Amino acid sequence: MNIVARLAWRNLWRHRRRTWLTVGAMVFSNTLLVFMISMQFGMYDLMIDNTLKVFTGHMQVQAPGYKDDQKMRQTVPDIVPLAGRLRAEFPTEKIAARGWAFALASSEERSYGVGIFGVEPEYEPQVSSIPGLIAEGRYLQQSDAPEIVIGAVLARNLRVGIGDELTLLGSGRDGSFAAAVATVVGIFESGVPDVDRSFAQMPIVAFQDVFFMEGAGHQVVISAPTLEEAERILPDIDAALPSDEGLVMHDWDALQPGLKQAIKADMSSAFFMYGILVVLVAFSVLNTQLMSVLERTHEFGIVMSLGLKPGQLGRLVMLETAMLGLIGFVLGAIGGVIVTSYFSANGLSIPGMEEMAANFNLPPRIYFQATPWTMAIGPFVVFVFTLLAAVYPALRLHKLHPVEAMRVN
Amino acid sequence: MRMLPVLTRLAWRYLWRNHRRTIIMVSAISVGVWSMIFMTALSRGMVDQVIEDGVSALPGHVQVHNPKFLDDPSVVNRIPIGDAELSRAFSSTDFKAWASRVRVPAVIASEYESRGVTLLGIDPVAEREFGYLSYDDVEGRFLEDADDNGIVIGRKLADKLETRVGKRVVLMSQDPDNEIADRGFRIVGLFDAEVPAFEEGNVFIGKRTAQKMLHIGDTTTEIVFLGDNYRDIEPTYDKVLASIDGSLDVSRWSEVATYLGSMLTVMDGFVLIFMVVIFLALSFGLVNTLVMAVFERVREIGLMLALGMKPSNILGQIIIESMLLLLVGLVIGNLLAVATIHPLRGGIDISVVAEGMEMMGAASVLYPRLYVSDMILANVIVLFLGFLASLSPAWRASRYEPVEAITKVG
Repeated sequence: MNIVARLAWRNLWRHRRRTWLTVGAMVFSNTLLVFMISMQFGMYDLMIDNTLKVFTGHMQVQAPGYKDDQKMRQTVPDIVPLAGRLRAEFPTEKIAARGWAFALASSEERSYGVGIFGVEPEYEPQVSSIPGLIAEGRYLQQSDAPEIVIGAVLARNLRVGIGDELTLLGSGRDGSFAAAVATVVGIFESGVPDVDRSFAQMPIVAFQDVFFMEGAGHQVVISAPTLEEAERILPDIDAALPSDEGLVMHDWDALQPGLKQAIKADMSSAFFMYGILVVLVAFSVLNTQLMSVLERTHEFGIVMSLGLKPGQLGRLVMLETAMLGLIGFVLGAIGGVIVTSYFSANGLSIPGMEEMAANFNLPPRIYFQATPWTMAIGPFVVFVFTLLAAVYPALRLHKLHPVEAMRVN
Repeated sequence: MRMLPVLTRLAWRYLWRNHRRTIIMVSAISVGVWSMIFMTALSRGMVDQVIEDGVSALPGHVQVHNPKFLDDPSVVNRIPIGDAELSRAFSSTDFKAWASRVRVPAVIASEYESRGVTLLGIDPVAEREFGYLSYDDVEGRFLEDADDNGIVIGRKLADKLETRVGKRVVLMSQDPDNEIADRGFRIVGLFDAEVPAFEEGNVFIGKRTAQKMLHIGDTTTEIVFLGDNYRDIEPTYDKVLASIDGSLDVSRWSEVATYLGSMLTVMDGFVLIFMVVIFLALSFGLVNTLVMAVFERVREIGLMLALGMKPSNILGQIIIESMLLLLVGLVIGNLLAVATIHPLRGGIDISVVAEGMEMMGAASVLYPRLYVSDMILANVIVLFLGFLASLSPAWRASRYEPVEAITKVG
């Protein structure tokens, strides 16, 4: 260690208590920042994943305008062959065709309005988590069988079980009256009441028959292995679409615009709080360093009259601050890592928040995202602000006059 | 106690001896307090709005149902008491507002499209006070009485159904025998709502028209009562409980919409945690300042002790110093908070994230809400925890041995 570093280090420990208190402020903030940022990003990932895997997939091919209006006649023609062709061209992606219609479903005792999806039984399980949530019976098998799979709450409300028949009444693509009878073969339970209450699935060919779709559907759902992969492949798939039908490609952000914005809104309020924490730490450091400079006025006067320049002293002060900041950084990061790795392994559950969590498609237990980035960013910003806070005390040294300074006691 | 004025004066002067340190600390406290109040006002604004919109979309602070209705909202599970009897039972009581209504899931179909909706058969006169819709802002007209033959639907729903005022739609639901009950309606009005889901999901028809359509005589599926405000409904709840048939289910809005109820609780907890966290970040600086203030005048303290000042007075003086510091910070912080929140009363446009707010059930303009109780909470937290934080430095200062302290070198 060279002489300046040694000096700085010793100066730091002249007031052990003050140094530890200042470091304490940093450690507190750093640990908290690491904890909160990891939790936040863990939550966002879950929100995106969970929301997209229920239905939406990473992207969808639709007729223009369908996304906003969801009208029956805004269709993708010959949807099953189209999905098949895309599957052949993009073997790494999961692709399935769907149709959607609204109908009044009646059992012997009850009638409720439900959204009905026509799906490809063979491929739907790859793009949606619903087929995997069958709690009773089985999922759809043949694409033309008059079968239906419904949610658990809906089944309870309609008072139907496996093997019972449902009458569906709705309007077809051309607005004409559509009616059919389908047998309940499976009941799914996602645990989210809204999902379990409000829709049903039937095989796409049977769906097309009932609602006079003439081979058409409403959406081709595409799921990529990862979000990044999805963004990369979107233009390729877009280019592979038949050019004469004006079909459009929507990415997940367009399909679920609420998602990114909910994250953004949450982020801005979180960052407000982080900002305040950092500013408070900076004040703490500013206070400490200013004190340590002021109380050494006499001493600085002597060394300056011995020939040391204010700039050199300034560097000394900055070095002291950097050492202080580094201790805070290391201890805070260690504290943060310990807390975070505990929660990324065990998850965090806040009692009473299950319902709020369910509203955002979150499981009741949240696993933290522990990446070097989420761990380092908070302490790093604190470190930078620590250094900034020392600039004023360091600059004050330039105003020091050696002789006057020596007189101060 | 006799010493209090003197000690306060001493403490005040000490504080300004090192004015730079004091100013830095006061700034830190001010920023901390400001952020506590400001942030709380913003979050309160958002959550209150979500809850209020949610409550007004229910609507009714206290609701009475058949016990089976909430899980299975079918006309089969209606309230077995007719309107005539209800009027007799409640005519003598002094509820702010009450109404009985028919509320069942239904399907609405235009010539092009059909959608699932919640059918609300209401008596528009009795429900005016519930305030979930401003009748006068409806395009066309709102329902006029319980026998009105028209239907009022949301503008968003009308768009999806490709229909408009004057056109006809068909409503389908089920009657108690599970026969399909359907009826054609002419759209007489279109309403707009802050929350899109409300606009898309609810249709209004006259109560008696609904009863006729569903073949349920003069019975209804829910009775709703209005409290003074949504946070203070216990008196109403108790009154309803006392005056209604015990076999029926009486619930608060927070029980009907458990999500909203838990949101309110979580929010109260969050405010407290947020304030304490900010204070803790502050406390290091506070303790540090006090420790330094004691440290640099060890000799003086020794001298005062030698001159006969009691240790308890030294203790008191340091604590008073800390309290003064906090008070100055609090005053500035509170003023700052009021000054920044006041201009934002008209609402902050957050339409950039409108759809995200919609996911949470909020509208796209955020109105900060400054509660006096939150302000008091912030101030009490800072003063109380600040007092605790200053105990240790003050205690140490009062324990100095006079002779040792006086001879201590600088």
